[in-house]
Amino acid sequence: MTAATAVPAIRAAVEDAAEAIHIEDLHKKFGQLHVLKGVSLSARDGDVVAIIGGSGSGKSTLLRCINCLENPTSGIIRVNGEEIRLKGDSHGNTVPADRRQIERIRSKLGMVFQNFNLWSHMTLLDNVIEVPVHVLGVKRDEAIAYGEQLLARVGLAEKRDVYPAFLSGGQQQRGAIARALAIQPRVMLFDEPTSALDPELVGEVLKVIGDLAREGRTMILVTHEMKFAREVASHVVYLHNGKVEEEGPPAEVFGAPKSDRLKQFLRNVG
Amino acid sequence: MSEALAIPLRRRVMGWLQPHRIVLILIALAIVMAAAIFMRWDWLPQYMPLALQGIWRTIWLLVVTSALGLAIALPLGLVQVTGPIWLAVPAKAFCTIIRGTPLLLQLWLLYYGLGSLFPQFPWIRESFLWPYLRQAWPYGVMALTISYAGYEGEVMRGAFAGVPRGQLEAARAFGMSRWKVFRRIWLPQAIHRALPTLAGETVLQLKATPLVATITMVDIYSVASRVRQETFITYEPLLLLALVYMAITGVLVFLFRKLEARIPSRLG
Repeated sequence: MTAATAVPAIRAAVEDAAEAIHIEDLHKKFGQLHVLKGVSLSARDGDVVAIIGGSGSGKSTLLRCINCLENPTSGIIRVNGEEIRLKGDSHGNTVPADRRQIERIRSKLGMVFQNFNLWSHMTLLDNVIEVPVHVLGVKRDEAIAYGEQLLARVGLAEKRDVYPAFLSGGQQQRGAIARALAIQPRVMLFDEPTSALDPELVGEVLKVIGDLAREGRTMILVTHEMKFAREVASHVVYLHNGKVEEEGPPAEVFGAPKSDRLKQFLRNVG
Repeated sequence: MSEALAIPLRRRVMGWLQPHRIVLILIALAIVMAAAIFMRWDWLPQYMPLALQGIWRTIWLLVVTSALGLAIALPLGLVQVTGPIWLAVPAKAFCTIIRGTPLLLQLWLLYYGLGSLFPQFPWIRESFLWPYLRQAWPYGVMALTISYAGYEGEVMRGAFAGVPRGQLEAARAFGMSRWKVFRRIWLPQAIHRALPTLAGETVLQLKATPLVATITMVDIYSVASRVRQETFITYEPLLLLALVYMAITGVLVFLFRKLEARIPSRLG
């Protein structure tokens, strides 16, 4: 890279220093299906952005585009000021231009899945230290010490040597949160973290996520729990049919919704 | 200390020795006694060294061909699940052909076909491999290896495909490279899924090894036939042969169980 091209890149990075996630005019098509139709979204450090919307509104797809689990068809995604470089492949799809870049960016984003996805062939502690040790190059004993601390935080200290199959859904999801925290992420991404849980297990998981929000962690949260979103979010985005229909502080979005669709949606889920 | 250990041990032994097991043990003992008293075993001391050598060769053949075969089966299975079409199609074809033809045929095609083709090329006769290619065992190893690879390639295809998407997605989401996803998540989970099938297939592989006797390799089976030819004693060597295969199978099954138990799984 020459000096001339480097300067604007650095300036952009400085201006967006506090912007953890920046999404601009994001489109995603699955074949003929146009799932995201120009979504823009931004999260500054310490923000808790809740994405709400009906099923099929594209909210999970939006979240999964941030770490390129889905490749966006077009648009700009910046994580910590670094733009994800995309290119077209021979099949007409958009793919990351630089695999190394996307792997580096992913290792700063702590993803929590709807179905937990704890690795079933490892104990809970091994799940938590896997990425620090094998991707980030942390020393094993340091990773174990930190991992035990995190497991204690989510209330699973005694379950460190248990395999995921022997844990309840709530325990698995709390373990998955510990696994995401273990990489010391800049941003936590939650993809409907309580949707696969039995009702009586939802509370314990929401409590852990709420604690994280209150300590000032940057998070993007796709959720169906409206009450919870209202409590912890600093910014709420209502997605409808692949577009941002309405957004703002939770008090406005939930308290005084402007659009008819959002009013309708809140009546239905409330 | 020793007393504290002795009590659980004794209890474990007592727990294992249940009435139906005692009856079975007595029946087995009676059969062995009857065989020892009423049958002829006077040939045994003379053929013992050869038999031991044969057992060793059978085990060696089983271990080497299963290990090599599995090493080939992994890429065969993987490319069928995720590889480009120009790798997936040949892999599929290989598995189909190997599984579709008798092992005996493959063995003879290699031994009589390749084995008689090689000497026609002077550069092969002059190469360092020639001393090996003149013998029978490389063809036996080759045939059993590709056979195991063909069957297990198909098993591994299913095992790789059966690992839930979410497991691999989580690995990618945390920044693992393709190779790390494969080595740390995909491969171990696929192997664990395949273990029960691999155990059965390896037992079948053990019982495919006597075929190498047809190309002059001296395994334990060919020792038994030699005893029959030289002494006209038929049943005793065959009984002993059955016992040897059963013992090896028992050890195999035990070892695979140990491997499977390393990751506890929950039913239901």
